[in-house]
Amino acid sequence: MAGPEWESDMSLSRYSTVRLLRAMSAVPLEPLPPDVNRTAVGWVKRSATQHLTTCIKVVGSRPAEEAGLDPTYVENALVSLMHLMHRKYRNELPRIRRYLRCGTLAALVLLSTLSGSANAMQIKTVKSPGGIEAWLVEDHSNPLLALKYAFEGGNSQDPEGKDGLANFLSAMLDEGAGDLKASEFQERMEDIAMRMTHEDSKDAFYGNFETLSANRDRAVELLRLAITAPRFDADAVERIRKQLQANLVYADRDPEKVAAREWYAVAFEGHAYGRPAQGTQASVSAITRDDLEAYRKRVFARSSLKVVAVGDISEAELGLLLDKVFGSLPAKDGLATVPQTAPAAGGREKHVEMDVPQSVAVFGVGAMPRKDPDFMTAFVLNQLVGGGGFASRLMEEVREKRGLAYSVYSYIQPFRHTSVLSGSVATRGDAVEKSIDLIRAEFTRIADNGPTEEELANTKSYLTGSYALRFDSNVKIASQLLGLMEEGFGTDYVENRNKLVEAVTMADAKRVARRLFDAKNLIVTIVGRPPAAAADKG
Amino acid sequence: MQSPPGPRLPSLLLWALLMLATSLAVTTRPAAAAPKVSEFTLGNGMRVVVISDHRAPVVTHMVWYRVGAADEPKGVSGIAHFLEHLMFKSTDKIPMGEFSKIIAKLGGQDNAFTGHDVTSYFQRIAKDKLSTVMEMEADRMVNLRLTEKEVSTERDVILEERRSRIENNPNAILDEQMDAALFTNHPYGIPVIGWEHEMAGLSQKNALDFYKRYYAPNNAILVVAGDVTAEDVKPLAERTYGKLPANPGAGRDPRPKEPPFRAARRVDLEDPRAGKASFHRDYVAPSYSTALPGEAEALDLLMKIVADGATSRIYKALVVDQEIASSAGGAYDGSGLDSGKISFYAVPADGVELAKVEAALDAVLEDIIAKGVTAAELERAKNAYIAEYVYDNDNQATLARRYGWSLALGRTVAQVLAWPDDIAKVTAEAVKQAAATCLDKRRSVTGTLRPAENGKPAQPLVRNGRT
Repeated sequence: MAGPEWESDMSLSRYSTVRLLRAMSAVPLEPLPPDVNRTAVGWVKRSATQHLTTCIKVVGSRPAEEAGLDPTYVENALVSLMHLMHRKYRNELPRIRRYLRCGTLAALVLLSTLSGSANAMQIKTVKSPGGIEAWLVEDHSNPLLALKYAFEGGNSQDPEGKDGLANFLSAMLDEGAGDLKASEFQERMEDIAMRMTHEDSKDAFYGNFETLSANRDRAVELLRLAITAPRFDADAVERIRKQLQANLVYADRDPEKVAAREWYAVAFEGHAYGRPAQGTQASVSAITRDDLEAYRKRVFARSSLKVVAVGDISEAELGLLLDKVFGSLPAKDGLATVPQTAPAAGGREKHVEMDVPQSVAVFGVGAMPRKDPDFMTAFVLNQLVGGGGFASRLMEEVREKRGLAYSVYSYIQPFRHTSVLSGSVATRGDAVEKSIDLIRAEFTRIADNGPTEEELANTKSYLTGSYALRFDSNVKIASQLLGLMEEGFGTDYVENRNKLVEAVTMADAKRVARRLFDAKNLIVTIVGRPPAAAADKG
Repeated sequence: MQSPPGPRLPSLLLWALLMLATSLAVTTRPAAAAPKVSEFTLGNGMRVVVISDHRAPVVTHMVWYRVGAADEPKGVSGIAHFLEHLMFKSTDKIPMGEFSKIIAKLGGQDNAFTGHDVTSYFQRIAKDKLSTVMEMEADRMVNLRLTEKEVSTERDVILEERRSRIENNPNAILDEQMDAALFTNHPYGIPVIGWEHEMAGLSQKNALDFYKRYYAPNNAILVVAGDVTAEDVKPLAERTYGKLPANPGAGRDPRPKEPPFRAARRVDLEDPRAGKASFHRDYVAPSYSTALPGEAEALDLLMKIVADGATSRIYKALVVDQEIASSAGGAYDGSGLDSGKISFYAVPADGVELAKVEAALDAVLEDIIAKGVTAAELERAKNAYIAEYVYDNDNQATLARRYGWSLALGRTVAQVLAWPDDIAKVTAEAVKQAAATCLDKRRSVTGTLRPAENGKPAQPLVRNGRT
């Protein structure tokens, strides 16, 4: 923004914005009177833009109450603004005053919110000339652009025997593309301080791209090459293969990773979700250049693409960017069908022996899909029972009251073809069973009795109050919006989301808790010393 | 960037206004902006930094104490971190264990962390709740209450934290051992979380003694980043923190100094959980607080060129060209009050001896010491850092950490703001000089981690004497 000096003044006006607009909403916005000199109005708009600094200073430097509740002040502020700016159209003032009062002025105030502080985040749907859709939040506060994109598919598209293929590909996209060998490509990325990473999940292959505005064109060209023309040179493939295989050796000895991998293997035996996302030594050895290219061609398609852009870019510029980067991809993807599934029923407990002083357990059950009418209730309940932070029941029972663990948490993961509530706890070997018993007991308690009114109110209050914390940087906004886009929601979800949380009733909570916290179907995997040895060694 | 929760405006009017406002907004393309940073001091000596970022109606509120694990009395290692945990218990106004629950109810998130030199508490919350969290944070700065039961339960929690962070991870155990060898006299050789046998004996009295000694407004720095201005924060700060009495004795004492570095040291750890062998090398180096002008900046650039990522000298030599390592890299940590640290690591490719990797790494370092870096490398590294500085403006919590940490170490806002310029000024000669000075093996510890033969289990380094 133009200058820090007036930003300070603006924050006062922003506080009043909602109140001001609410007051003004009592006055119907009339069409522009025919006798008003349209040029004058146009001039006001243009000048307002050019002299934004001055405008905001005049409108915003008064206390919020004054600006919000006294329309005369507001009007006078504008008059003095126009005096300040130009004398030419002063004669037009009486005639356009009424229009200005409920139109331009409010817009000026609102403009301060959009350009300087943006309380009203505006999500636009942009369609490129070539027909690629994206969501855009324009914000010119910093000369930065964040782009996040997802190709549907992810590691559940890894062919049999080639587990870890999507993960392999995610590590290969900055290893040379077009005419640029790996080190040339990486040096060029560094020369322009471009950031590009890729990662896979069960259901999608993600890209994260950031650039400084000054280098945008060059960065976009490298991004285009990475997505459409990766080289997969033999030396680069072998180098990355070795790194992935080394990672597997470490992962095999990391109790948290083993516990999570085993949980999915038990819960989804026979389904793509049960297979190891990073692959095995054998499957990673078997992956060839052709496998990488075949996966890329099958998954990277316009039909499976979702894109969000946040930052310093206009709609038109984004349209061109989309066509440049993604325009040459095939229209249709070749995704294999992944069947719907659910975690194994009947309750399971699996122990994996590892000689570590602290055992790690992963626990979980099936949950509601994202589009289920009860999803939001389940989400609220999970927050209450095991959500992040220090306020959950599990944290209270396991850590605060008994000191059994440093961290204990659960979360709901609504995958595309199933949904799970799962969590984790790490406790010294001789006490892990006690932690699991406590977690089981909390499942039963919430299922039988539901939450208390106070807990429900506090949890809703946390979730609604903290929603804004997910939107305070370009990168975070892009992640949030891409998630919503993937789940098939519209841009209006962000506005409505807190209402959905508020709408969860005690009756909903009790009903859904009975269904969700189903202790008899709890699947638990524990990695650590066997119980007897653990007791010996403390 | 986020619409505030609350009643929506009548839609038609809002729509019309948005359209109008947008038509204005899109034509404004302001240039790059540094964040607005303001600074003032309260009557009791507490310093305040405000970083304005008006994109979303939220704030990051942090209090930084100029005290950390390196200020602990001998024999009570871990007390700084233990106290940090206990700060979430109770005061006269906050019932037992309610601090974080109140913050959560207000829609906020909170936590804290402890380092060798600083201890920091933070909340991220809607800006209209700022005054409440300031009252709560000011309250626990002087009114902490502890019971024996709370202390003993929380001690179990930190012991579990140690198991999670250190005992379950052979690489973390090696790091701890290497630090202990790197610093022969300075308390940076003692882990922040504490040695297990000393943690087990930490008492309520230890915690309260440390609290009363160091927690005072004149030994703290307040950082508020987000949708506020200094004018907003000042009256709130005066009404909350400003009411607390200063403690003239709260400042820390100088720590023991290192003797001259005379001999390279080695630490070899075998652990069946290691999975693969790995090579590590740490050097004692100056930090931003102790370096000559431009020296720490030169070290940042040196380590970017030598060891950061796939374009670095080490990665290219060991991983790409010689194919003797599957990964290799390193970093410079210049954030310490009394010392910085340079570290390198490499994971040998299958069948390659650690000694071969070590020799190859040493060859890269010797070449840098003898010939320095190229102009192109230096330019690229500078661009990368200066860009990073701009990228960081996207995240208010990152900015709050940057300023809080620097000020807690006695640096100034002006120094932080000048960092990109200082980086730009570094010459290739200065980088070469920094390499020659700091990459002296007598300042170093070499560490190796190997999977133990015969699956012999590694015992915890120290048995817990109490349980």
